Amino acid sequence: MENSIHLQYTVDGTDFTKAGEASSDVKHKLKKLNVPTDALRRIALAMYEGEINMVAHADGGTIDVDIYEDKLTMVLDDVGPGIQDVDLAIQEGYSTASQEVRSLGFGAGMGLPNMKRSSDEMKIETEINVGTKITMTVYY
Amino acid sequence: MEKNVQFYHSVYLDGKNCKGCINCIKRCPTKAIRVRKGMARIIRQYCIDCGECIRQCPYDAKKTKRHKLDYVFEKYKYTVALPPPELYSQFNNITDTNIILTGLKKLGFDDVFEVSAAAELVSEATRNFIKENEDKWPLVSTACPSVTRLIRARFPGLVSHLLPIVSPVEVAASIAKQRAVKETGLSPEEIGVVFISSCASRVANIVDTIGMNYSPVDDAVAIKDIYPALVAAMSKLTEDDIEDLTISGKIGVGWGISGGEAKGLFTYEYLAADGIENVINVLEELEDEKLSDRIRFIELNACSGGCVGGTLTVENPYIATSKNHRITKDKEIAIAKIEDYKKEYRLDMSWTIPVEYIPVYQLGDSMIESMTMMSEREEILKELPGLDCGACGAPTCKSLAEDVVRGYAKKEDCIYLMRSEFSELRDEYRELRQRSQLFAETHEDDHKEE
Repeated sequence: MENSIHLQYTVDGTDFTKAGEASSDVKHKLKKLNVPTDALRRIALAMYEGEINMVAHADGGTIDVDIYEDKLTMVLDDVGPGIQDVDLAIQEGYSTASQEVRSLGFGAGMGLPNMKRSSDEMKIETEINVGTKITMTVYY
Repeated sequence: MEKNVQFYHSVYLDGKNCKGCINCIKRCPTKAIRVRKGMARIIRQYCIDCGECIRQCPYDAKKTKRHKLDYVFEKYKYTVALPPPELYSQFNNITDTNIILTGLKKLGFDDVFEVSAAAELVSEATRNFIKENEDKWPLVSTACPSVTRLIRARFPGLVSHLLPIVSPVEVAASIAKQRAVKETGLSPEEIGVVFISSCASRVANIVDTIGMNYSPVDDAVAIKDIYPALVAAMSKLTEDDIEDLTISGKIGVGWGISGGEAKGLFTYEYLAADGIENVINVLEELEDEKLSDRIRFIELNACSGGCVGGTLTVENPYIATSKNHRITKDKEIAIAKIEDYKKEYRLDMSWTIPVEYIPVYQLGDSMIESMTMMSEREEILKELPGLDCGACGAPTCKSLAEDVVRGYAKKEDCIYLMRSEFSELRDEYRELRQRSQLFAETHEDDHKEE
């Protein structure tokens, strides 16, 4: 059996200021685990962007993180509105964010592109009015 | 547990004063203190000499290593004082820095060299470096040794942003030494370049240098130790006594307060934070790449208010800040220039040895070992009450759990776990006693029947 650490987080969709708590916790744990600096940076970035998206679009959700010896996988699962056009959403600068979200400095249309760039593998499963599940893997 | 580099520390514990309370363990920003056997212990590799424990200790048990004036005057044939700009704002109604500098000579120093003059040279070098290294923006100040040490231990991704320029104290010491050798003809060993320190980390920095092999600073005394004698010496000065020793302007003296270093860079694209908790928060944001605006430079000071907030100072940091404004008000923008100094001295301002990440927080030596220890830590954490009461001697339940997996504590150090174990034991004991009573009674009956 492969040696791994499983972590689960519930993302509160009602409080914007709390977005980032899960990625911050993962970051602190990884620093204790001899994970190389660059991988650590990419993981924290990808997860933070994912968290922000969950709060901005989907009233929160859950994040499952599995830390392996050579890689980390994270599954961000929400019961939000789903993504209408994945190809469009993954383009830099494309955003459906509300004015309220934009006024907080988010919604620049860099969330998904940053997640894609920071991770080595990314899979998006989405269904309108059902939810979105994003699986990302980062190899160290 | 001792990993790679052993940091040198100036903060130490005075055992006879320590009561073993939890004030310092709770307030240490790097969770570097534990109470063991009724006494605080500093974990060397986590301590960044920020002085927070010195501020918090109600019993004066945390102290800073340093020398006294008599010692340095005895040790060296010729002494040069290096007063930092924060010294100037420790006095009432004094805006002429020449009075303070002359006072230092009256105290017994043969000469003085303003750290603020070297600060102006460092400002100039920093401006040049920022201009030429856009790929490293934001550059992070390395003037505060506690902050630099914190980044090296806890923010591996930010090490490449550290400004690779020697701090003003070292630059000042190097120039002061060269000048003294030239003027006196003495050998460098006979000359003592003595820093008048405002904090513990600057004292530690003499031994544990940053970016250089050895520090040109020979010794350090504390502002608060020399303060009474300095005030007395200054009050005796007459108008004719006062020498013209000031060689720095607004920029250099401004370094004594938070934001001062950044102001010398002539850009509004900077961020300045002070107070160790605020510094950590900014570093977290920076590490997560959350600074969306373009920032060229980040100034960070472990002490609230900047160097005026050092634990070896006398004045309240905010009153001192206000005094700093008064002192710099009528000064020239800057006096010290690299071009001028270069003509007479060798200027060693760039780092000559690389400053690297020191992974003191890693749990094990390998990823597998660390992962196993992390899993154990999480399991232990589930059993702990989550009160973070500090009674076990660790600042939080998480710290205790980690100490247990590192082999430095036992789960049973938790008094809540102990209490539940005790009540289980007590119940067992009661049951046993009841049983033995019952046995005795039956036994008595046996006797009666006989």
